[in-house]
Amino acid sequence: MDLITPEFGLVFWTLIMFMILLFILRKFAWKPILGAVSEREEGIKKALTAADEARREMENLQADNERILNEARAERESMLKDARDMKAKMIADAKEEAQVQANKMIEQAQAAIESEKKAAMTELKNHVAGLSMEIAEKIVGAELSTDKKQLELVDEMLKETTLN
Amino acid sequence: MRINTFRNLLLITTFLVIGNFGFASSDKESGDDAEFDPKEMILHHVKDAYGMHLFDWDGHPISIPLPVITYTDNGFTVFSSSEFHHDYSGEVIVEKNGQKFANVHEKVYVLNEGETEVTYDAEHHPTNAKRPIDISITRNVFMMMVSVVVLLLIFLSASRRYKNSKDNVPSGIASFVEPLVLFVRDEIGRPMIGEEKYKKYMPYLLTIFFFIWINNIFGLIPILNGANLSGNIAFTFTLAVLTFIITNVSGNKNYWKHIFWMPGVPVPMKIFLMPIEIIGVFVKPISLMIRLFANITAGHVIILALMSLIFVFKTIAIAPVSVGFALFITVIEIIVTAIQAYIFTILSALYFGMATEEAHH
Repeated sequence: MDLITPEFGLVFWTLIMFMILLFILRKFAWKPILGAVSEREEGIKKALTAADEARREMENLQADNERILNEARAERESMLKDARDMKAKMIADAKEEAQVQANKMIEQAQAAIESEKKAAMTELKNHVAGLSMEIAEKIVGAELSTDKKQLELVDEMLKETTLN
Repeated sequence: MRINTFRNLLLITTFLVIGNFGFASSDKESGDDAEFDPKEMILHHVKDAYGMHLFDWDGHPISIPLPVITYTDNGFTVFSSSEFHHDYSGEVIVEKNGQKFANVHEKVYVLNEGETEVTYDAEHHPTNAKRPIDISITRNVFMMMVSVVVLLLIFLSASRRYKNSKDNVPSGIASFVEPLVLFVRDEIGRPMIGEEKYKKYMPYLLTIFFFIWINNIFGLIPILNGANLSGNIAFTFTLAVLTFIITNVSGNKNYWKHIFWMPGVPVPMKIFLMPIEIIGVFVKPISLMIRLFANITAGHVIILALMSLIFVFKTIAIAPVSVGFALFITVIEIIVTAIQAYIFTILSALYFGMATEEAHH
């Protein structure tokens, strides 16, 4: 029975000792330790969040870079295309103009040739006509040397006229 | 809890065995040539004492004398326990402050006026002496003070480590202490009480855990002669009472409602449950008290009983068996020191959790 009867003295000292221990440890050990631990946990949590944010930002930045790069690439592409187009256009224009010019020159040349030709022809005709007149004068002089021959000619001409 | 069952079985057997030995040799007086009495030896070791007996040297007991402090009608009387000259049979009478003191089985008695010798009744209780109010620094109190100093040294230096480090990184003893503190917080406080309220109870839970644990360990150190503090009913009683007070002081409306008028059951059942719940309020701390006391005391008793076998059989041949078994039990006891501290703390936390739980219907 002795074993299971609480002694007052020990209860008294246990109470005092425990209260002292609880008071001192609470103030000088548990609060600082738990505080430090939770502060550190908080810090870790914060650091993790910050790292996450930084990573996201980085991703954003990367995406931005990509976008800018793509835009630049597209711009370059379009500029090149424009240049190519312009070149082609210029060439085409130049060609066309050249063609037009050439055509005009050809036309002019042709016109000149034509007029030259006409002039030449006229001159030739006149020349031929002159020659013919001379020949004719000589022939007619020789032919119409007699009256009879003159009459015959008149007759023939009359016949031709009637036929017309 | 298999170990507990196993141990309780051993405890019962041991008590039966010791009881028999005790009866067999109860009529013999203790002395040099007296029959060895394991029951008396074990109970003497398990119970409290006024001096801190370390060992015997050349037939003389060597012990640390501790102060005996009593309060009677004459006021406080303080004297050294060495004045009893290691006697606890009530034969040495110490006269102090006009009163006569005697140590009867490690309990100080004040003799009545005019008496010079302690007389006993049939059950060996003093008839002519009274117990004073006794707040002596017994060996248990002494070991408790030592444990308090050790705990303060450990945890104050650990907390200083945090203060000195810039980034709250534990170093030195703090890195040893931190996992234990976190264990109490994350495995006991948080799950049992709940995220919102556990912080308020953490100082109590941490203190009680380490206080019980270190005193369990101190009880196992052989040279301290089994200062069986955590196996003393007064110690466990005090801690259980503290848990009881905190539980009921922090009990909310929901907690009391569950005790006096259980919600969600028919009225006859409510009436039936009320006395059971009221008994439960008291049984919970009582179970805490008895569990710690019985587990630690049982461990001591088993080890001592095993060692007693050598003297009971009076042969050294049994020594290897005794020492082997005692070693085995001691190893189990080392685990039990932590387990019992853990159980006491987790059950306290569970009761606090029950007392502060909000209604959820």
